[in-house]
Amino acid sequence: MKQILPAIFALFLAQPGAADGMRMAVTTSFDNSGLSDVLLPVIREDTGIDVQLLVVGTGQALRLGEAGDVDAVLVHSRAAEEAFVAAGHGTHRREIMYNDFVLIGPADDPASIADAQTAAEALLRIAAAQAAFVSRGDDSGTHKAELNIWTDAGLDTETFGAWYRPVGAGMGAALNTASAMQAYVVSDRASWLNFGNTDGLAMLFSGDPALFNQYAYLPVNPAKNAAIKHQEATALEAWLTSPRAADLINGYTINGETLFVFNASPE
Amino acid sequence: MACRFCFWVFLSRFRLVFFVKKLNLCLSGSKGKCGTFMFELIEGLKAAFRLVITFDPELWEISLRSLRVTLTALLIASLIAMPLGTYLAVQRFRYRRFVIAIINALMGLPPVVVGLIVYILLSRSGPFGVFNLLFTPTAMIIAQVVIITPLIASIAHQAMRELWAEYHDLLISLNTTKTQRIRTLIWDGRRNLLTAALAGFGRAIGEVGAIMIVGGNIDNVTRVLTTAIALETGKGDFALALGLGFVLIGIAVVVNIAIHALSRTEREGRW
Amino acid sequence: MSGMFPLTLNQVVVRRRGKVVIGPVDLTVDQGGPLIVMGPNGSGKTTLLRVMHGVERINAGAINWAQEHPEKHAFVFQSPIIMRRSVFENLAYPLRLLRRPKNEISDAVNHWITRIGLENKGATSASRLSGGERQKLALARALIRKPDVLFLDEPCANLDGRATREIEALLQETAAAGTRLIMSTHDMGQARRLAQEIVFMLGGKVHETGDAQVAFTQPKTAEFAAFQRGDIVT
Repeated sequence: MKQILPAIFALFLAQPGAADGMRMAVTTSFDNSGLSDVLLPVIREDTGIDVQLLVVGTGQALRLGEAGDVDAVLVHSRAAEEAFVAAGHGTHRREIMYNDFVLIGPADDPASIADAQTAAEALLRIAAAQAAFVSRGDDSGTHKAELNIWTDAGLDTETFGAWYRPVGAGMGAALNTASAMQAYVVSDRASWLNFGNTDGLAMLFSGDPALFNQYAYLPVNPAKNAAIKHQEATALEAWLTSPRAADLINGYTINGETLFVFNASPE
Repeated sequence: MACRFCFWVFLSRFRLVFFVKKLNLCLSGSKGKCGTFMFELIEGLKAAFRLVITFDPELWEISLRSLRVTLTALLIASLIAMPLGTYLAVQRFRYRRFVIAIINALMGLPPVVVGLIVYILLSRSGPFGVFNLLFTPTAMIIAQVVIITPLIASIAHQAMRELWAEYHDLLISLNTTKTQRIRTLIWDGRRNLLTAALAGFGRAIGEVGAIMIVGGNIDNVTRVLTTAIALETGKGDFALALGLGFVLIGIAVVVNIAIHALSRTEREGRW
Repeated sequence: MSGMFPLTLNQVVVRRRGKVVIGPVDLTVDQGGPLIVMGPNGSGKTTLLRVMHGVERINAGAINWAQEHPEKHAFVFQSPIIMRRSVFENLAYPLRLLRRPKNEISDAVNHWITRIGLENKGATSASRLSGGERQKLALARALIRKPDVLFLDEPCANLDGRATREIEALLQETAAAGTRLIMSTHDMGQARRLAQEIVFMLGGKVHETGDAQVAFTQPKTAEFAAFQRGDIVT
């Protein structure tokens, strides 16, 4: 025992140091869609950069950028992003691609939102029917988008009854909850298409321009600390806006459906 | 009375048949007829089996990382907690009760809070930011050490207090120094300390809240079994999540058995 | 024999939770043969031994050895404290504390293992020994440092006749080899077999002291006479 134990511990104590590479905080929707699995190996191949993803909500992603703990963020909440740049946390904001939000609900659609004209009208019907509704409630990009639609519909979520359930969780957890409660929920299209536990749920409404979901890339201000890898962040931005990225992003499909549309503007 | 008994036998038999029928439906892969719970459980077992027999390289990697992080944290925590617990049993000092109360209270600290505190300390904008430890396995080890040290110290203190009561007169009579007493108690109480260590191991290997925050669940860098389970659950892939969960349980069982076997071969029998 | 003696106790008092357990005690112990401490239960025999050994805190008075050598006295407790180790390691422990060389330790341990008749049990867990074997082990462990003075607190109280005889034989050899025995007992037969000097305790005080032969034949106090007859003394 005296000889074996130290040997075992020595084996495990040899921890690999922090790997080379840059860190990017991204939203759950980007990672859950499966797109990152396609892009990251190609990025490594083309640029030699090993991108390490921190998959969090938009709110936490921006917080990580603010603390200087990541080198760049890729999120989807325009107002928060512009505030981030204005406060000097990021050097600039670069739009990369978009997809859209969709309304998910029980397949039998008790609030009959499927034939609504606008997203706001669909939510009004849910509120009128007091049908169970799961909200992310975690200050994420999707949560903010959902709140914007409620505002468009002229409703205040603070006044809602027990049918409105903010779960304070990521997209996957919110979809799991909606599935279990047979509730309505706002999701990004990619997360929905890639979601496994769709029991009894269906996509009921989509296509309203109000559901447009723009992803943007923000390099973190290198003045924050010496460890921030601004060079890599700049190189990654160049790649993400390149024709190669456009091909991969536009070509990524699940069940034949396109998930993201590349719309980066050339500089 | 007899009749009621017959009724129960009849009923339980009926249930058993029903259960077996359900199980068959589940194994044949029809989801609708066997109920979600059974279906998911069996899919999880299947996934675990598949992952293990195919030596899935990613599974190996994250399993080894889980073990490496947790065993390192366990070693460090034990080196702190066991002498501390023993010292608290042997030495009387003014704030002893207070220290013990603090340790017992820290046992109940939610891991997420530990994670947040370690995050704030290790963040590049925090006091230890220059070491650049955030989102590394080292950060996860630090968080786990903070979580399990109070647990191990508390269990160790409990065990050492009993042993000290047993040995007290002898060790005083032999005119031992403080250090000699602590070393004797640690050595002779090593089986109890092993139990404390295994409790710490169990808590650390299954921990997710803190290491998610300080490790970041980065693929190939800080992804371990528990954070992978959280990730797969988030994706709604319950089968894979459960499969990883079964692998985690399997690893914990193997480690427990291995450590017990090691301690048994050391010398004959129990005391 | 070393110059540890005489041992003097001067107005020693031990209290526990405010109640006097022994004292005030004045006592001088000089070199000599086995000293037997007698007295009814609760008279303070154990506490007196512990005070002399230095493991009991005293609340008043003073205790003085001519020369203090803590490693030169040893103690055998009424119910033996057996360490969770093998027989061999139990015996080796006091020497390991003194960082004696390995071969010296194993020589001494093997000598004592033979002497107490546990030849084949060196590697056995000591917790598996019988009551008599345990007490012999505790005695050997106390003697392994070759103490000048050995305290024994009713070492045979829980033993049968055969084990008692074995222990007494060991004690007599030890005394003959020059170790001063200071032992409590309430077994009059044992006292008569071993004692050269006696101390009779009553109610926490030293009631009578003196040469054993004299005290057994012509007790100075009525209480000790009654105690010897087997009467109940309080």
